[in-house]
Amino acid sequence: MTRTPIWRRYARLFGADPAADVADEVRFHLDAHVDELVKRGWEPEAARREAEQRFGNVGAVQQTGVRMRQVHARTQAQTDRWEGYLQDLLFAFRTLRRDRSFSIITILVLGLGIAGNTTVFSVVNAMLLRPLPFADPEELAWLASGRRTNPKGTSDLSNSTYTVAAYEEIQRRNQSFRSLTTYNPFLSESDFTLTGRGEPQPMAGVMVAVNFFQTLGVRPARGRLFGAEESGTGGRPAVLLTHDTWRRLFAADPGIIGTGITLGSQTMTVVGVLPKTFDFGAVFAPGLRIDVFVPAPLDQLRDSGNTLALVGRLKPGVSIKQAQAEADILLPAIHAAHQDWWGDYTSTISSLRDHVSGKLRQSLLVLWAAVGLMLLIVGVNLSNLVMARAAARSSEFAMRIALGAGRWRVLRQLLVESLVLSVGGAVVGIGIAYAVTSSLAHQTAITLPLLSQIRIDGAALAWTLLLAAIAAVVLGLAPGLGISTTELQATLKNTGAGPSGAGKRERTLATLVVSQVAMTCVLLIAAGLLLRSFQKVLDVDLGFEPSRAAVMRVEYNDGGSHERRATTLQDILSRITSLPGIETAGIADMLPLGRNRSWGLGAIGTEAKQGDNVTPIVRVVTPGYLGAMGIRLAGGRDFSWRDGPSNEPVVVLNQAAARRLWPGQDPVGRLALLNGNLKTTIIGVVADVRDHSLELAPGPEMYLSAAQTYPDGAELVVRTALPAAVISKSIMTVLRELNPSQPAVALRPIQQIVDQAVSPRRFVMALVASFAGFGLLLASLGVYGVISYAVSRRTREIGLRMALGATAGQVQLSVIGNALRLAAIGVGFGVVGALAAAKGIESLLFATNPTDPVVFGGIVLLLGAVALMAGYLPASRASRVHPVTALRSY
Amino acid sequence: MQPTQLDLVRGTLDVLILKALVWGPLHGYAITRLIRLRTDEVLLVEEGTLYPALWRLENKELVEAEWGLSENNRRAKYYRLTAEGQRHLRQETKVWTAYSAAVGKMLSATHSPVAESAK
Repeated sequence: MTRTPIWRRYARLFGADPAADVADEVRFHLDAHVDELVKRGWEPEAARREAEQRFGNVGAVQQTGVRMRQVHARTQAQTDRWEGYLQDLLFAFRTLRRDRSFSIITILVLGLGIAGNTTVFSVVNAMLLRPLPFADPEELAWLASGRRTNPKGTSDLSNSTYTVAAYEEIQRRNQSFRSLTTYNPFLSESDFTLTGRGEPQPMAGVMVAVNFFQTLGVRPARGRLFGAEESGTGGRPAVLLTHDTWRRLFAADPGIIGTGITLGSQTMTVVGVLPKTFDFGAVFAPGLRIDVFVPAPLDQLRDSGNTLALVGRLKPGVSIKQAQAEADILLPAIHAAHQDWWGDYTSTISSLRDHVSGKLRQSLLVLWAAVGLMLLIVGVNLSNLVMARAAARSSEFAMRIALGAGRWRVLRQLLVESLVLSVGGAVVGIGIAYAVTSSLAHQTAITLPLLSQIRIDGAALAWTLLLAAIAAVVLGLAPGLGISTTELQATLKNTGAGPSGAGKRERTLATLVVSQVAMTCVLLIAAGLLLRSFQKVLDVDLGFEPSRAAVMRVEYNDGGSHERRATTLQDILSRITSLPGIETAGIADMLPLGRNRSWGLGAIGTEAKQGDNVTPIVRVVTPGYLGAMGIRLAGGRDFSWRDGPSNEPVVVLNQAAARRLWPGQDPVGRLALLNGNLKTTIIGVVADVRDHSLELAPGPEMYLSAAQTYPDGAELVVRTALPAAVISKSIMTVLRELNPSQPAVALRPIQQIVDQAVSPRRFVMALVASFAGFGLLLASLGVYGVISYAVSRRTREIGLRMALGATAGQVQLSVIGNALRLAAIGVGFGVVGALAAAKGIESLLFATNPTDPVVFGGIVLLLGAVALMAGYLPASRASRVHPVTALRSY
Repeated sequence: MQPTQLDLVRGTLDVLILKALVWGPLHGYAITRLIRLRTDEVLLVEEGTLYPALWRLENKELVEAEWGLSENNRRAKYYRLTAEGQRHLRQETKVWTAYSAAVGKMLSATHSPVAESAK
């Protein structure tokens, strides 16, 4: 039953006037009473007096009445309004269900647009906007030794880290930091092996100063953090577990705290479990999953050179700039006080946030811009769709306006419809974005910082809602603007097919399609340039051959003796190379594109400039390593097992080091001074290997014999035609025979290391390319739509022309010509836009000119081909128009 | 006011109005007349107080109103019970019956209950 229908009709007719209503009602009462009394024989005067007396205080009642009626009118109006909205909503659902394909397409297109935007927003939010997951993260600063001259920032660890002594001096003398802490950044996949609990497990561990977690403001989930008694030599061996490790390897057993676990040869007490939210790798070592933390044995590291990365918490009110200013004075002073120190620790201080993701800012902004452009294309596409639909419904609107619906009422109906569509799109979009972001957050193949922190949070939801709201308004108003210019009578009379209105609509559609093509062109060219850069990066001469090579970490015990190591390694390698399918094998302590360290090397000899010191990256290797990695020998010889502990120390240089130390000469056979104290002979020169990244030209590198120097770990590289899964088992069997506590690590293809190194670039490229692809799809649909519309509108004209002798070919040509013309105008604008955009992404390009003719030409051709196809379907339809049918419809 | 005319217990007027509308829509004056007749003029209402009560009932959506024409062709506002109003009336009637029965029992008692229990 509808509420107060008659009243409503009354109220609508005269407008609500509570005062008059009340006065009328009271007057009626008095009049009726007077009538009755008069009928009974009263004098009219007396009757009125009697009636008023019986009524009581007329004025007071009226006043109360007016007040009450006003309240009533207000609540009534509110109820009416809500009922109106409810009606609109139900009506919208009905209409949209009737137009099912339109609704589904709109929701899907909008959903994809929103999904892209929400995903990119979440990525940007996690990496640039949201504070780092530490307490008061804006106070945290990163100290890098050395003036950062390379804007891209190399990851040459030895040149950005500090010695223990330098750390202690800075800690003691600085005034800027409330707390200064450090960790050892020379990390690898697995530094520790957990034994005594079934199969030996590889564990990635980080050595941290005992105040590390306190400085970051991380509280343990269980147990406690390291205490002072766990630092230094003779400290109680202690270990902290990450939450994930605790769950994975110790079944989240709270009883593990206080008990000992065996890591390598040492038994350590588990003192606590870190919170789930703490992800060391995400912030400090993208792509690495860290399992355990141990206190850094500072005393043992004291003689190991630069081993510490410094993180500090600024005192309240101290800015990065002030800290830098202090460092500029303090560090030279410290250096002056310690003439014996090898290096100058002049530091570059940046906020921890900048250190972690500052380099990504540009890429992320480009992503954001790209996805924004995609959203614009989506918007234009949907405007096209809703306008076409509005055209089809124009007689419905005209009818409703003619029947008395206000324009606002019709517009409101449209807005409610578009709101329903937008909410649908937002739901689809959030769903997709949620799936994408949660899979991204669990990626280890992409070495982007803070990746694991990506999630759809309140800010991302707010962003989505904002986009959906904008979409609702745009989609609702676009056809609404159409109505206001619609001439009612004309529309009603000729059902919307009138020449003038339709022509205008076609022009509007064409304009929208042109803008769509233009924006798509910009996106495609940007994607093309990034793709080309990516190809160029992949084409880079790595200096080694990743294909058919695989690596596995090896654990062995040399007891600290060169002799024992030499025989052990030789034993391992001879067993491994005798396995079927292994062509060659070798061991290095660190692999390219991973961790690294660098040592000093100076040329000895009259020809060389004395004191010309370089600090090449060091790799301590066995014979066979160069061959297994596929590193080309450019001169001299590879190591042999005869380069043992008792023979003369030897070194192999890369070409960059050779050029630096002996420009224009053959260095083989010459002598060099290693770390300022060891005379070494150069026995060979090899190709430069890309060390930090594929994109930076390699600097000086050198290889030392594992039988003569202390290696830092052991990576077994094998070259084999067999797949890793097949060979992995037999290698593990051999390693376990030689060392039962060999951890169960995987055999990783070297290609995987290369893929990880290019993963950030691949990530950005793939996203931009997918946005561009989606844009292309929408743009081609747009061209198709507008041409189809034009053809259907000109059926009669085409029929007439064919009746007058035009051939099917001529008709087709003219239709396709139209499509090409639209595309050409769009591409024209697009190329201009793309030239500007290319300038903007220039710093992201690698060996690619921002005006690369191949990319520009290719994209123009691609868009032309797409327009051709989009035009071909309506064209062939047009050419099948039968002249007689077309003419009869006149 | 004469001794035989009872003051209206507060809230009773609402029930009386609802009851008056049971037989069909009425305007305000007709409601007063009806109450006067049905209560044998015992319950006398100062007629003006009827209206705020009516409007209150309308705000609570227990009655609804519409303008119509009276017997002698005057524009009058007619009130009608809503479904909610009918339900309310049924419930209030029950309460009122129980209440008046209780009061009646007490007032018609002939001897002291205390004396009775003391026996």
